[in-house]
Amino acid sequence: MPRTQTEVAAAVAEAHRREWGFVLAATVRVAGNIDRAEECVQDAYAQALQQWEARGIPAKPGAWLTTVARRRALDLHRRDATAQRALPKLVPDELVADVAEAVGGDEIPDERLRLICTCCHPALAVEAQLALTLRLLCGLSTAEVARAFLVSEPTMAARLTRAKQKIAAAKIPYRVPPADELPERLAAVLGVVHLVFTTGHTAPVGADLVRRDLVERALELARMLRALLPSHPDVAGLLALILLTDARRNTRVDRTGRLLLLEEQDRSQWNQSEIREGLLLVREASDHRPPGRYALQAAIAAVHAAAPTWADTDWEEVVELYDQLCAVWPSPVVALNRAVAVGMARGPAAGLAAVDALAAEPELAGYRYLPAARADFLRRVGRADDARAAYLDAIALTDNAVERDFLESRLRSLPTG
Amino acid sequence: MSQYLILIYEDEAPFEGPGAAEVHAEVYAAHMKFGENNGPKLVGGNALQPTATATTIRDGVVTDGPFGETKEALGGYYLIEAADLDEAISIAKQVPAKYGAVELRPIMVFDS
Repeated sequence: MPRTQTEVAAAVAEAHRREWGFVLAATVRVAGNIDRAEECVQDAYAQALQQWEARGIPAKPGAWLTTVARRRALDLHRRDATAQRALPKLVPDELVADVAEAVGGDEIPDERLRLICTCCHPALAVEAQLALTLRLLCGLSTAEVARAFLVSEPTMAARLTRAKQKIAAAKIPYRVPPADELPERLAAVLGVVHLVFTTGHTAPVGADLVRRDLVERALELARMLRALLPSHPDVAGLLALILLTDARRNTRVDRTGRLLLLEEQDRSQWNQSEIREGLLLVREASDHRPPGRYALQAAIAAVHAAAPTWADTDWEEVVELYDQLCAVWPSPVVALNRAVAVGMARGPAAGLAAVDALAAEPELAGYRYLPAARADFLRRVGRADDARAAYLDAIALTDNAVERDFLESRLRSLPTG
Repeated sequence: MSQYLILIYEDEAPFEGPGAAEVHAEVYAAHMKFGENNGPKLVGGNALQPTATATTIRDGVVTDGPFGETKEALGGYYLIEAADLDEAISIAKQVPAKYGAVELRPIMVFDS
């Protein structure tokens, strides 16, 4: 059935958002390299704009796009084979034949796990892993990826090109790693998805606290991994962590953009469907002993999600979970969060002592949340002058405007001595 | 199959100090074992004399020594053959380099 241009444009945009990674991942092996696969997939989307208008929108847009992109890749191979017989083949003949058969088939295997394992290969810098994942799995344009990390488009284009050149030149394989390597490689993949989320959840710089686009991409990636690895506890843990943290998204700033602490947030506005889904996943992830890093972080978020009010939070449970987290993921940042929970469970003096015990940690030098936590406990034990100095330290280290405004308002509210 | 060069960068001090003889013997044995375990993948390899024996030529001017004073110096290399980077990494991980690290570089192939 013919469709209007608007309907088709909307369907293609939707397919771009939902299916880009699937279509690209399924095309890479046929195309032989990522660059060429991207060209073929672009081409398939362009064809969709024309053909769907005349012939109607296919029932499975992803399968349609994959078939068209793979055919294009095969055409390019045939052209190469004729033009440049002397060159070594990127893809062995038997694979081309194999795929030529599969192109007509209905069932297209999901190759996105291969693609994300390639994008997050430890031989690539983390910033390159992030950029490749957003570009290739999520289909963000180079300009969008550049905007997400607040670098110029030429800088991001160069970063992506260098990363793809390394994949090709060093021969980073396009495959799911064997079982003995999978845990380490999957940890890198989960780390990248988590970093996309945290970058979006509290933007490191800029006027807005939350970069919603990045949060949604992280959620989509985590859901994709959950679909591909349904019984993996760390995947369940990460998805739970993202859901339970994101459930508070709409309550983290007030109407004027001022930062609201967990204590001040309107819990009735938390996203209950995300919380329900997150709680089920936490239970599943925590069944594995010992629970992993993400499962424990998610369990901490779950304690908050389950508490009807700030005062009713089970802080001792939070401290206990942080103790477990410190054991599986020793990090001064985790220890600082634990210290804050200690202050909630056992009073500001205990919290201050726990924070001060971390003051010499080199990894926390320049970490804005250390002086911020210290300032809060100093304020609550009535040491206004010390609190003032700590707030000033924290403000000097904070580049997010919303967070800085919050610290400045706390500073102003201190009694003058 | 692709070729990769594994460059071994290590601190030279342990190889020259009072316990040098034991260090040499231990490192030699470790490399022999690496060779036995990875024989078919090895295309070539050599140990280098220490940087004190090096000569630098820049713009035709000959001077002694390496380029800079770095703690770790190139001490040897292997040329290996591997299907892809993951296989190369699994071989490179076995190269003895207890006083430093190894760097893995793909060999550039020129289209004829």
